Amino acid sequence: MTTPPSHVAPLLEIRDLGVTYRGDAGPVDVVDGVSLALAPGEFLGVVGESGSGKTQLLLALLGLNAGATVRGSIRYRGVELIGAKSGPLNRVRGAKIAMIFQDPMTALNPYLTIGTQLTEGVRHHHGLGRGPARRRALELLDAVQITDAARRLEQHPHELSGGMRQRVMIAMALICEPDIVLADEPTTALDVTVQAQILTLLRELRTRTGVAVILVTHDLGVIAEVADRVAVMYAGRLVETADVHTLFARPRHPYTEALRRSIVPLSGPLPARLPTIGGLPPNAASLPPGCAFAPRCAYAHHRCATAPPPLTAVTAGHRKACYFDGILGEGG
Amino acid sequence: MSPGTSAGPGAAPTLAALNLSVHYAVGAGRRLHAVDDVSFNIGHGETLGVVGESGSGKSTIARAVLRLGPKAAGSIRFRGRDLLTLEGRELRAMREHLQIIFQDPLASLDPRMSVGEIIEEPLREFRPAEGSASRRAQVLTMMDRVGLLPRHLNRHPHEFSGGQAQRIGIARALMLKPDLLVCDEPISALDASIKSQIANLLKDLQQEFQLSMLFIAHDLASVRFSCDRILVLYLGRIMEIGSRTTLFDAPRHPYTRALLQAVPIADPARARARRAEPLRGEIPSPLTPPSGCVFRTRCPIAIARCTSEIPQLRAVEGSEVACHRA
Repeated sequence: MTTPPSHVAPLLEIRDLGVTYRGDAGPVDVVDGVSLALAPGEFLGVVGESGSGKTQLLLALLGLNAGATVRGSIRYRGVELIGAKSGPLNRVRGAKIAMIFQDPMTALNPYLTIGTQLTEGVRHHHGLGRGPARRRALELLDAVQITDAARRLEQHPHELSGGMRQRVMIAMALICEPDIVLADEPTTALDVTVQAQILTLLRELRTRTGVAVILVTHDLGVIAEVADRVAVMYAGRLVETADVHTLFARPRHPYTEALRRSIVPLSGPLPARLPTIGGLPPNAASLPPGCAFAPRCAYAHHRCATAPPPLTAVTAGHRKACYFDGILGEGG
Repeated sequence: MSPGTSAGPGAAPTLAALNLSVHYAVGAGRRLHAVDDVSFNIGHGETLGVVGESGSGKSTIARAVLRLGPKAAGSIRFRGRDLLTLEGRELRAMREHLQIIFQDPLASLDPRMSVGEIIEEPLREFRPAEGSASRRAQVLTMMDRVGLLPRHLNRHPHEFSGGQAQRIGIARALMLKPDLLVCDEPISALDASIKSQIANLLKDLQQEFQLSMLFIAHDLASVRFSCDRILVLYLGRIMEIGSRTTLFDAPRHPYTRALLQAVPIADPARARARRAEPLRGEIPSPLTPPSGCVFRTRCPIAIARCTSEIPQLRAVEGSEVACHRA
């Protein structure tokens, strides 16, 4: 799959999104100035470390940042979601935009059967009766390659393996035929062989159903496997976005480049020492006035300490938030 | 035949586990075989990696070596003794030479103690005769060595990020210059930008102190960087042991191959060109392990013999492999 052409109207348009929590020592911006668009059927990967704001970005799309102030604009098919009344918002949320959580064991209700949880959404949003809802649930379990589906419907979450539970979560997300599936580290809690199965499944489901996916992960490897386009986040800001091939071949933000270099290859020459990113991860409560990555950046310049660099176009579809305009290379 | 004992660097191994088995009684007379008949050596100054998915028994091996958890059968030779026969004072004294760093550094540090107290604690415990000035000097030297600053001395663990907390854990583990350092997923909980710092630090310290290490991890890339030899476990049994080069460049066991193929490739062109079918299914319950080869239910090349006969480890082109078809 390639990136859909840019003339396709975006399914989701995020403009200047900010999420702010009240901290002990004043407001803390966990997401700041993020603008992104998602085309129908697109697979967008959002990569960042803990505290980068990637999960808060997903929660904002669902209006779930409890206790936070959310600024900016999130338009779904042209309809503004920020500040929307709970009625219209609920019709979109869950039905048109669905979520897959990292840990299915905590996201699933341990007391309810798989069948009850799976059909809840479709009965609520589509008004299906018990029989049709059950038939739809069986279809979905089949689509996520769960064998013996009729028996699974009667089981409780603890009776399923970790991989099976994540398949159920995916089936739950898809049952209302959403346009967008949000996935927050959906394979991080899984073993590597099961991760490969789930990534393959997500890729196939996207191709088969045309659903758009925003997958959040800390793992550039996962991004390389599934994403069409990538957004890199650092300290609550978008620092680079490009199609996946460009991002890996010609990263233009020093953070992206450093992350990519810090991956240990499984074959070929092994370095005696791994390339590192010096210093410490940023603290959202005390960010520097300029670029948050500047204290750790090999390319930092005095200008970087003055104001956060704006996101500017490198080429069509490739944007970076960095004052350095040269090519990033070996000397970094 | 002594399986899994290919010599590492140096003459006598630092640790030699022979026919190690750990079983749990789980009620109704049933036993869970967490680790079954596992033998391996760790040479002086060598890092042995143990990889496998959850439920493979890798943490059980670490706990058996540290004498935590249920008593293991078999033997673990270490400093001329069998660790599995030691009790009471003798066992406590042995812990001076056997240290561990944990996966979650913050959870493994006492939140009420200062960094200085945490790092000094092993010295107070095992070298009480040393004066406090000498202990403090050693603490500061070690802090400097692992990349902590003198001003961190009186801070508390919660004031540190995960990477810094892991440095504290490493400093504490190395204060007594142990013969063996057990690393239980030492970098897997850390952020990507911090992982390589800590992996480099561990490698430097390993060389500087000529440490022998048992390195438990599920992340194959970090194992490739950190380990000299690697043991691949599945459902409590050894599937393959080999040098880093053999294991990564010419894996012989179908499970080792499947593990390596499942790791995401951080190169979109190569990731998409590869379309090997991922391994099907999940690791079976250790309460009801498959007969014969425990891997056969997921193995793409299993034959009838794999159901009836447990494959023994045997040498195959530089590796030791437990597979009828290798």
